[in-house]
Amino acid sequence: MSFHGYQTDQFFDELFERDGKPRAGAQALIDRIEQLAEGELARRQNAAEAALMNLGVTFAVYGDEEGTEKIWPFDLVPRIVEPHDWEHIETGLRQRIEALNLFLCDIYGEQRIINDGVVPRGLIESATAYRPQCMGVRPPNDAWCHITGTDLVRGGDGTIYVLEDNLRCPSGVSYVLENRQLLKRTFPRLFADLAIRPVDDYPIRLRDMLQQLAPTGMYDPVITVLTPGIYNSAYFEHSYLAQQMGVELVEGRDLVVHDGCVMMRTTRGLTRVDVIYRRIDDDFLDPLAFREDSMLGVPGLFDVWKQGRVAIANAPGTGVADDKVVYAYVPDIIRYYFDTEPILANVPTYLCWRESDRKYVLDHLPELVVKSADESGGYGMLIGPQATAAACEEFARRIAANPRKYIAQPVIDLSRVPTITENGFEGRHVDLRPYILYGDDIHVLPGGLTRVALVKDSLVVNSSQGGGSKDTWVLADPKSAAPRNGLSHGVKHA
Amino acid sequence: MLSRVADAIYWLSRYIERAENIARFVDVNLHLALDQAEPDEDRQWAPLVAVTGDRSDFSERYEVANQKTVVRFLTYDRANPNSIYSCLWAARENARSVREVISSEMWEQVNRSLIMLRDAQTYNPVETDPAAFFSHFREACHLFWGITDATMTHGEPWNFARLGRMLERADKTSRILDVKYFIILPTADYVGSPYDNLQWVALLKSISGYEMYRKCYHDISPDHVAEFLLLNDEFPRSIRFCLAEADQALHAISGWRAAAFSNRAEQQLGRLRSELAYADVDGILAGGLHQYLDRFQAKLNGVGNAVFDTFFAIQPIRRQTQMGSLTQ
Repeated sequence: MSFHGYQTDQFFDELFERDGKPRAGAQALIDRIEQLAEGELARRQNAAEAALMNLGVTFAVYGDEEGTEKIWPFDLVPRIVEPHDWEHIETGLRQRIEALNLFLCDIYGEQRIINDGVVPRGLIESATAYRPQCMGVRPPNDAWCHITGTDLVRGGDGTIYVLEDNLRCPSGVSYVLENRQLLKRTFPRLFADLAIRPVDDYPIRLRDMLQQLAPTGMYDPVITVLTPGIYNSAYFEHSYLAQQMGVELVEGRDLVVHDGCVMMRTTRGLTRVDVIYRRIDDDFLDPLAFREDSMLGVPGLFDVWKQGRVAIANAPGTGVADDKVVYAYVPDIIRYYFDTEPILANVPTYLCWRESDRKYVLDHLPELVVKSADESGGYGMLIGPQATAAACEEFARRIAANPRKYIAQPVIDLSRVPTITENGFEGRHVDLRPYILYGDDIHVLPGGLTRVALVKDSLVVNSSQGGGSKDTWVLADPKSAAPRNGLSHGVKHA
Repeated sequence: MLSRVADAIYWLSRYIERAENIARFVDVNLHLALDQAEPDEDRQWAPLVAVTGDRSDFSERYEVANQKTVVRFLTYDRANPNSIYSCLWAARENARSVREVISSEMWEQVNRSLIMLRDAQTYNPVETDPAAFFSHFREACHLFWGITDATMTHGEPWNFARLGRMLERADKTSRILDVKYFIILPTADYVGSPYDNLQWVALLKSISGYEMYRKCYHDISPDHVAEFLLLNDEFPRSIRFCLAEADQALHAISGWRAAAFSNRAEQQLGRLRSELAYADVDGILAGGLHQYLDRFQAKLNGVGNAVFDTFFAIQPIRRQTQMGSLTQ
């Protein structure tokens, strides 16, 4: 396959300049692909997909009875991030996560930011993910959002925006690690030639971070990953991370609160658990504290956490900071705590509960993207330019009925990356989700999940809506001494 | 290790062994059918349903028990929990829930086997080329055991796998012996006929035991076959051998010394082992082989239940039962 005749159209392309020349960092990749014999790329793509199927690197589709597991479509052409872009992203994310963590400490503590009138009280208290039960709790090291997967997009002019802060249980990092393994097998020579920053040490760093949460002085804390079980769409990832970290994967029914501690049921009786990396939403964590009908959680867990006898990552209640309405305030939040301007831009956001904003939104629905404040996964949203008049009317009704629940943003022309299609390479829209670990220091995984909308012209990249993924290559700055792929301490791969 | 994980590994292993044995059951019957001059299909196929599944479940969905219906019931019928497909599916679901504990190679092998089975449905080799299908499937199971032994640490999880596999195998060897003894010995005057010999050979081959049997015995006789399958100390599918292995697994799990017990599972298995240790084939046959195997299967179930109570059903003490009821 050749890039001859490849069109960037009017979009920002991550691999090509507007005049059709490869970007500096992408040249080697383009050359390598052009050298491949006819049909070779397709063969490697098929081999990669077969490997994923046999490995069972799958996700479940809700409401799909037969074949509930599918491999997540994967495209061999990686996205390349050049060093200066990455530096901007990384410093911006550090700043943002630190601010959001201070915000969470504050919201569940003194509430200075509310009392100073920066964020309205009503807004916080009406957020579905706000947990009044967490008031006054001080988690270990004052850290609330230990693992974050922030969604970034790039607009037509090359500006990088934060689209969403995912502070609850962001998923997808296992695909980052698997995709990298596949690409190393597919383009081994490129990895030898290019300085692509490694991602393989993520499980080690994750485990180190979790270990730091255990009661101080504990030599060998028991760490667990808490999963809703094998029918959860991200089960593969839960299992994978537990395996890569060498910790127990537990379900709610494996845990029990006994004598003021969280214990797991083992073949030799009950064993105390010190740290829980939970992949269950707050709602289902503990039927005594949150939703009574939860069968997935552990009765009494919340109390044990409050008393500091078990650590939970991310802490209960962090979701309030990724409410889509609170999102609009993040730039102000950063200014409030740091007295400095945000490094990464927000997408301009209209809040429907503000009367002037609502009026604008209702008048301009066909040009806007409308999102529900507390839904994710591409559900509950309207993409104005692609929506029917009936859908627009439906959303207008919903907004009028519950304005707090909706925000609107201008449509961002997401940047594109060449993607293998039936007609050769074509540009497809992408976003980027880097992962950030907040422990004794902040670690931004150099890379992340590039999600790609495989449907032509689609702007929705979610796996549940026809999205796929790509590997993300962050190139090392030749001036800095960041470790290269081959030199990193490798994690033995499954 | 987590009780739930031990439970899943134990059943992963049991289901693979069960699927393999069902494949063996069907395969030996198919061979026998080829050698029969006047096939009496019902007489030959109906007992298979009885030993592997539920007779009433079968008769609800099938009118007659012949080769076609029974083979379908035992291979691809998803409504039958003991069909090869259902067993492998259950094995895979269990494997999926403990992927982080078993080796990736084991997971891939289970996953691949199920994909193979699913794909095979489209060209239906069970009917067009049953011999190849069943031998291929048996190989897939053998590969799983080989991978398990070669890639998984021989620690507690592995011993639960071994325990499940050996208890299941002991049960299935007893069943295959039971049903074959019943079919192959219809009347006294059959005994010693060439046809009879063929049947015993087929039975032994179905459990990969023919060659090993021949190294122990010079003739082919029902008594010797029964002795070989029940009491041989060294043949890996004989019941005595399976129980010894299961016993070793239990003691490796508990760390307790051999020939003594620290829990109910060890106690019950130990008793059953001693019974077999001091049994002889003449005594067993005199009391009726079928009756003996029936009692044996009941006791083996008792061991299975004791394993469940000892390791998998760990309930927290007192207060938690109240907690448990809150969640229901």
